[in-house]
Amino acid sequence: MTVTVVGAGVAGLVCAIKLAVRGHQVEVIERSQRIDQNACSWFAGGMLAPWCESENAEPEVVELGLPAIEWWDRQFAGVTRRGTLVVSQARDRADLERFSRRTKGHSRLDGDQIAELEPDLAGRFDQALFFAEEAHLNPRKALAALQKRLAELSVPIRYDTRLPTAGERTGPVVDCRGLGARDRLTDLRGVRGEMLLLRSPEVRLSRTVRLLHPRFPVYIVPHGDGLYMVGATMIESDSAAPISVRSVMELLGAAIALHPVFGEAEIVETGVGVRPAFADNFPDVRRDGDTVYVNGLYRHGYLLAPAMADRAADMIAAVNDKKGGQQCRYL
Amino acid sequence: MELYGAQIDSRLLLGTAQYPSPAKLTGAIKASGTGVVTVSLRRETVAGGSGQDFWSLIQASGARILPNTAGCHSVKEAVTTAQMAREVFGTSWIKLEVIGNADTLQPDVFGLVEAARILGDDGFEVFPYTTEDLGVADRLLRAGCKVLMPWGAPIGSGQGLRNIGGLRSMRAHFPDVPLIVDAGLGRPSHAAEAMEMGYDAVLLNTAVAKAGDPVLMARAFAKAVEAGREAFVADPMLPRDMAAPSTPVIGMADLA
Repeated sequence: MTVTVVGAGVAGLVCAIKLAVRGHQVEVIERSQRIDQNACSWFAGGMLAPWCESENAEPEVVELGLPAIEWWDRQFAGVTRRGTLVVSQARDRADLERFSRRTKGHSRLDGDQIAELEPDLAGRFDQALFFAEEAHLNPRKALAALQKRLAELSVPIRYDTRLPTAGERTGPVVDCRGLGARDRLTDLRGVRGEMLLLRSPEVRLSRTVRLLHPRFPVYIVPHGDGLYMVGATMIESDSAAPISVRSVMELLGAAIALHPVFGEAEIVETGVGVRPAFADNFPDVRRDGDTVYVNGLYRHGYLLAPAMADRAADMIAAVNDKKGGQQCRYL
Repeated sequence: MELYGAQIDSRLLLGTAQYPSPAKLTGAIKASGTGVVTVSLRRETVAGGSGQDFWSLIQASGARILPNTAGCHSVKEAVTTAQMAREVFGTSWIKLEVIGNADTLQPDVFGLVEAARILGDDGFEVFPYTTEDLGVADRLLRAGCKVLMPWGAPIGSGQGLRNIGGLRSMRAHFPDVPLIVDAGLGRPSHAAEAMEMGYDAVLLNTAVAKAGDPVLMARAFAKAVEAGREAFVADPMLPRDMAAPSTPVIGMADLA
């Protein structure tokens, strides 16, 4: 019996790997024609930052997200484990204090210590929080690595393929369609996120830097070769229209506040994704008959996909044992 | 409390931005007991009718919606936003913000009066976010506003009531106009202070949304608003220079 994973975003690919490793025969189907059309995963920040995320997310994000760093590190060589630096402008000092009170896993740095970690930020900030255990990855390289791993595991990925109808199905389905699953998961909503990709050979940052911002947390993730991902807005809308002028200005303003030399950077790309989210902005794995839904990964696709994939694989095992069948909230 | 002819039970008005999740937001609305929530309109929301999921969550709370023109820096922008908000939310209520300074988010009072007049003529019921300046207040009333919302402190600053003297004289000058302290509150004691001074209500957002536990903080503010209102109605004692013992003091040294 073949398990069909629907959706080749990060959730679907990680589920497929976990299922294949557990010995299932697996196939992945994807409605778009190429992986780069999979907007959310393609435009993600790729931060593996469970403590930072816990500032604003359900507390489980830490225990579920921490093992993801190790897991990704085992998948491919592109995980950068150099921690996260959180800074604020002097006028937003209260935000840094609040961040410090709401999170664990950090130490406080003064200006000299910041300069030791990131020499290009010397003299720019006199206080920071350093989350030494956090990491980041380049999402596009990660997606490529997952595809390669699936090829090794003999799992086919069929693009340009629609969800099978009830009659066509031959086995259980793991539905990882993101917002596309709104036809079945009515409590799913879209949260628009916009990002920029900048190239600046002059700025050298080796780890994710978050600049606390009164409206949304702005992060700058170094993806190597002078490329920096700057993101991301959070707008209650499922519109995937091109990035707005206001958002570009906000993101660029944050980048320049971090380092004025970003003013000379090239804007290589802008991107828009609509994140799937449930009301608590936390992912959920649900089962309805022989379909398991993995959805609502919101801002935490790369961070929480491994933990959610484990849950999905447990449920698929239960499907095969013909246990249960109620739609249930797993958490 | 009556606002533009509508009877509102709670004297706490709550903003809906910046919560960790819609679940926390709806929890806070419920815990606050509020009857009026403010929502800001994003252009992205209007485009293609998206963002409806978020609004339907808020609407399900049963609170009356007060759309705002947050972030508008010109009269034209504020008027256009108000008109779009009337379409989207189906209400003629509008919390009018015309921002004069990007750092302090203080109102541009000239633009505010002008926008209030335009919107009032267009049938809107305007809740202007203003300062405690009495001249501006007077012009807003002449422009047709029947509610005034002076700031306590800059938006999102959590400083509490920065100009108590000014707020007191505003209350004294306009005894019959519903006055709502809008913006700058950080703690329930700030809300209680405004209510003890005789303000009709308070409007806040960040103090609840950015609290470690927004739902618990919403409840705390609800209690403070109620306590402050009851204290005002009960007419508090006035402070005096010397102790006033409630037991007889005959035979003791005279300290006068």
